[in-house]
Amino acid sequence: MKKFFVIALLAILGFYLTIAFLQIPFGQNRLGQPQDEATVGAYYLNNTKEKSAVSNVVTAIVVNYRGFDTLGEVTVLFLASTGLASILYRRKEEEVERINKPSSSLLQTGSKFLFPLVVLLGIYVFIHGHLTPGGGFQGGAIIATGFLLMLIAYQKYHVSHSMLTWVESLAGVLFVSIGLWGLITGGTFLENSYFPKGVLNSLISGGAIPIIYIAVGFKVAAELTGVLDILLNTKEEKSVPSNQNEK
Amino acid sequence: MDFDFQNIVTISVYGSAIALILIGIYAVLIKKHLIKIVIGMSLVDAGLHLLFVAIGYINNGTAPIFSPGYEDAATNMVDPVPQALVLTAIVIGFAVTAVALSLVIRLYKHHGTVRIDEIKSLKW
Repeated sequence: MKKFFVIALLAILGFYLTIAFLQIPFGQNRLGQPQDEATVGAYYLNNTKEKSAVSNVVTAIVVNYRGFDTLGEVTVLFLASTGLASILYRRKEEEVERINKPSSSLLQTGSKFLFPLVVLLGIYVFIHGHLTPGGGFQGGAIIATGFLLMLIAYQKYHVSHSMLTWVESLAGVLFVSIGLWGLITGGTFLENSYFPKGVLNSLISGGAIPIIYIAVGFKVAAELTGVLDILLNTKEEKSVPSNQNEK
Repeated sequence: MDFDFQNIVTISVYGSAIALILIGIYAVLIKKHLIKIVIGMSLVDAGLHLLFVAIGYINNGTAPIFSPGYEDAATNMVDPVPQALVLTAIVIGFAVTAVALSLVIRLYKHHGTVRIDEIKSLKW
């Protein structure tokens, strides 16, 4: 009965969503002409090249135009990893074996070989965030997958949480201080006018944007690695679950 | 509405995004297994991201990147704002999933089950 109501609700929802979205023609140019910009996206496309010398417009939006939003975003990520750690808090003494069977030496050697390459790829992705598709979030996620490989392959592998905290805090402080420096020199938070802009499509270009994205890359890598380490090192308790007695 | 190529593409792109959202809501409302509920939330996320990027797409548009050879292609680029917003939304979706999974782990430790109809203390 409940299933019937839910399906009816979803049918109504789907019908009206489809009606609404068929009003928006797919693939139509809604950006307007360069002289007469219809959306904010057209403004970004027409002005990013001259104003900040960044070739990847998405990076310019994420780090510069909507940089404050990105600061809030990395704060949400930080809160998520902190919340995860506090929900799954476990004292050091109850350390238990994670997986009973060790992984094969083939997997261990392969992960040891792949780990530096994966981290290198992640660093490449966030250093070139202003030139190619990619950036701090993507590069940080790639680095975290490298650590995930090591955590799965080696039972005893542990990431030092104090080191993660340091990397994360320093990257966050770097982001905020670049923003505040822009506030002091340029008048607005994250103002991007005090670094040399450089030439479009060269590695050193875009002023503070690559620096901020590298900081974001380190921060995201540290946070995701911390989350993976906490989740993988959680072990179900040996004791009897509490509601077993009620049955 | 005649069924030329453009209309088929429109219906299939929007349709798959809306279908993902509806499947996700169905999983959240009907399923009893907590992990499946978390998967349903991720599906709603994925559908919304697809919808966002689809709205920003322009026919025959290039990626909003001024790579060498595309320095003057600004009039031919897709809308960059939905892509930046989806980048934000993916990260937030990751945070939501991580916290939800940690809550599932806590519930499993406390009650010994991940099925919500077997958790007795939720009923009154």
